[in-house]
Amino acid sequence: MVSQLAPAQRTGPPLPLRTRVAITAGRFAAAASRWTRRGSGGVIGGRTAGWLDPGALRRLGEHRTVVLVTGTNGKTTTSLMLNRLLTELGAVAANDDGANMPDGILGALIAKPHAAYAVLEVDENYVPAVAAQVRPAYLVLLNLSRDQLDRVGEVRATERELRAAISRLPGTTVVANCDDPLVTSAARASANPLWVSAGQHWHDDAGACARCGQAIERRGTEWHCVCGLTRPMPVWTLSGNTLAATDGTAIPLDLRLPGRANAANAAIAIATAAGLGVAPGLAANRLREITDVAGRYRRVPVHGRAVRVLLAKNPAGWQETFPLLAGDVPVIIAVNSREADGRDTSWLWDVPFEQLRGRHVIAAGERADDVAVRLVYAEVEHSVHRDPVVAVRRCGPGPVELVANYTAFRDVTRRLGDE
Amino acid sequence: MSDSLVRIGLVLPDVLGTYSDAGNATVLRKRLEWRGIDAATIPIRLRDAVPSSLDIYLLGGGEDDAQALAASRLREANGVQRAAARGAVVLGVCAGLQVLGESFVTADGTRHAGLGLLDADTRPGARRAVGEVTANCALFDEALTGFENHQGVTTVGDGSRSLGTVVRGTGNGDGSEGAVTGHVLATYLHGPVLARNPALADVLLEWTLGTELSRLDVPEVVDLRRKLLRCKV
Repeated sequence: MVSQLAPAQRTGPPLPLRTRVAITAGRFAAAASRWTRRGSGGVIGGRTAGWLDPGALRRLGEHRTVVLVTGTNGKTTTSLMLNRLLTELGAVAANDDGANMPDGILGALIAKPHAAYAVLEVDENYVPAVAAQVRPAYLVLLNLSRDQLDRVGEVRATERELRAAISRLPGTTVVANCDDPLVTSAARASANPLWVSAGQHWHDDAGACARCGQAIERRGTEWHCVCGLTRPMPVWTLSGNTLAATDGTAIPLDLRLPGRANAANAAIAIATAAGLGVAPGLAANRLREITDVAGRYRRVPVHGRAVRVLLAKNPAGWQETFPLLAGDVPVIIAVNSREADGRDTSWLWDVPFEQLRGRHVIAAGERADDVAVRLVYAEVEHSVHRDPVVAVRRCGPGPVELVANYTAFRDVTRRLGDE
Repeated sequence: MSDSLVRIGLVLPDVLGTYSDAGNATVLRKRLEWRGIDAATIPIRLRDAVPSSLDIYLLGGGEDDAQALAASRLREANGVQRAAARGAVVLGVCAGLQVLGESFVTADGTRHAGLGLLDADTRPGARRAVGEVTANCALFDEALTGFENHQGVTTVGDGSRSLGTVVRGTGNGDGSEGAVTGHVLATYLHGPVLARNPALADVLLEWTLGTELSRLDVPEVVDLRRKLLRCKV
C-alpha cells in the first residue's frame, strides 16, 4: 500500500466566527464540567457548541478526514484501534469517552478543531443524522444484531435506515463485514464498499433476508438469498490469527486483546487504515500495543482479587465473551436496565448461560433477580449480591471475571478505580 | 399426549425469535423435568415441515415483515391449526398473538389473515407501547407481569375471552390483555412471560397433561415477582 501524503492539520479556509465562538464556549463548558468532576465534559461541550452554532458539526467535519465507526458491538474498541493507527498520519480528534451521540461527537471535534483526522464512534441509530453533517471519508460498519429493542427498536429497521443513509453518501467508502448479511445489505447501497471477511458467530438476527424477508441460505462462509442478496467477495479476509488481502499481503495479528471479536475489530481497523495510507504491517504492530480498552480486559487488583471486567450487553456480545472466561474462575454477572441499557431484560434468555454450569456464579446489578431466575432455569449454581463490588469481596482470593452490561460496567469500572 | 415425553414445538424461532420468547420453552421444559416428566424442545424453522403431532406450540414476537412471513407459512402448512383442533396447547406472544388471531394489519396498511385460532383482530395503534405491564389474570388469582413492546391494538371478539385486565401498561389497548380460546392462549407480555409468571406456565402444563400438578416454588422467581410487582422498575 502506498502511503498518501496527508497533512497533519486540518486544511481549508478558517472557520467562521460563529463556529469559533461556539468552539470556545463549548470547550469552556467541557472544562467546567471536568473541574466540577461531573464527567469528561464532551457531551456538555458539544451541546453548548451546537446550541451556539447549529452548523458546527457540518463545518467541523469539513476539510479533514472523518472516519465514522458504527455497529452493535465493538464500536469503542475499533475506534480506539483506528485512533492509534491514524495517529501515524496526523492529529486525531476522537470521542474516546464513548459518548457516541451527536453532542458527544461534536464535543470531540471542538476539543481538537484543527486535527486532520477524526475517528468518531457513532450509535448506529444516529449515523444518518451525523453522516449527513460530517460527510465522512470512511464509514466502518462492524455488525448488526439485536440490542436494546425497547430503546433503539428492531435491528432490521436500523439496517433500513443505515442503507438509506449510505445511499446518500456517494463519496464515502463503506468498510463492511461481508459475513454479516444485515451489514452487507446496508453497505450494498454504497458506491464504494470495501468488504472485509471478519467472521460472524451470531446468526440469529440474520435468518431472514433484510431485503425480502426470505430465509438466508448458508454453506460454510458463503451465504445468499433467493432474492439475489449474496455475500460479496472480500478484499480482506481474517482466518484465525491471519489477516490476508487479495494483493497478497498476509499479516499475523498476534493481538494482546483476547478473543475473536477483537481480531475482527482489528481486521476492519487495519483494512480501513490501509485505505488511508497506514501500512498493514505497521498497523498490526501498533494494535499489539493495546492491552485494554476503557477498563476492559485488564485485571485490576481489588482486596486480593484480580478482577477482570468485561462488557457484554447483548446476546451476540455474550457469545464472544464465553470463550474468554478463564477456567474454574468465579464469574459475576452484573446487569442493569437503565435507559442506556434497555429496560427489557428478556435478552438474558437468548444467552446460553447453561455454559456456566459447574462454576461459582454471582448474580449482581440492579436486575440481579432477573439474572438469578435465568440461572435457575439454566441450572447454574449461584448466589445474589446486588452490589457488584460486594460480590467481588464474596469471592475467594485470586482471579475473578466480572461481566457487566453498559451502565453496570461503567459504574463498576469507576468504583474499582476508586477502591 | 401419546407417550411420556412432552414435545414442545418452538415455532419459527428464525423469524419469531426477536424478543427472546424462546425462553418460554426453557421454562416449560425445566418445570416438567423438575417434576420428573421428560420433555424435549423441537425447533420448527421456516424451511421445516410443521408437524401437528406435538403437545405444545410456542410462537414468539417478531418484526412486521417477519410476522407476515410467519403467518403465511403457518396458514399454508396447517400443522398448528390441526394440532389445536385436537386440543394441543398453543401459546402466542406479541406477534405470535396477532398471528393466532383472525387478522392483523401491518404498519404499511396491509391486512394479513391470521390462523383464526383466536377471535382477535389487530391494527396498528397511534403510538408504540413499550414498558412494564401488570395485569390481573382471568385464569388464576395471581398478577401477571411482563414487558411489552408493540404497536398493535387488539380487539378480542365474542369467540375468545381476554387473558386479563391491565393494571399498568397497555396490553391489548382497551384495558384488556391477551386472549384465550380453549387451550390457545396469547399475550403481549415478554420477559419471557413464563419465566416471570410460573403460574401461567403451570396452567399450560396442566392443560397439556390433563392433570393437576404439584406446586413448584422457585425462590428466585418469588423474589423477582415481589420486586417487579411492588416497585416501578
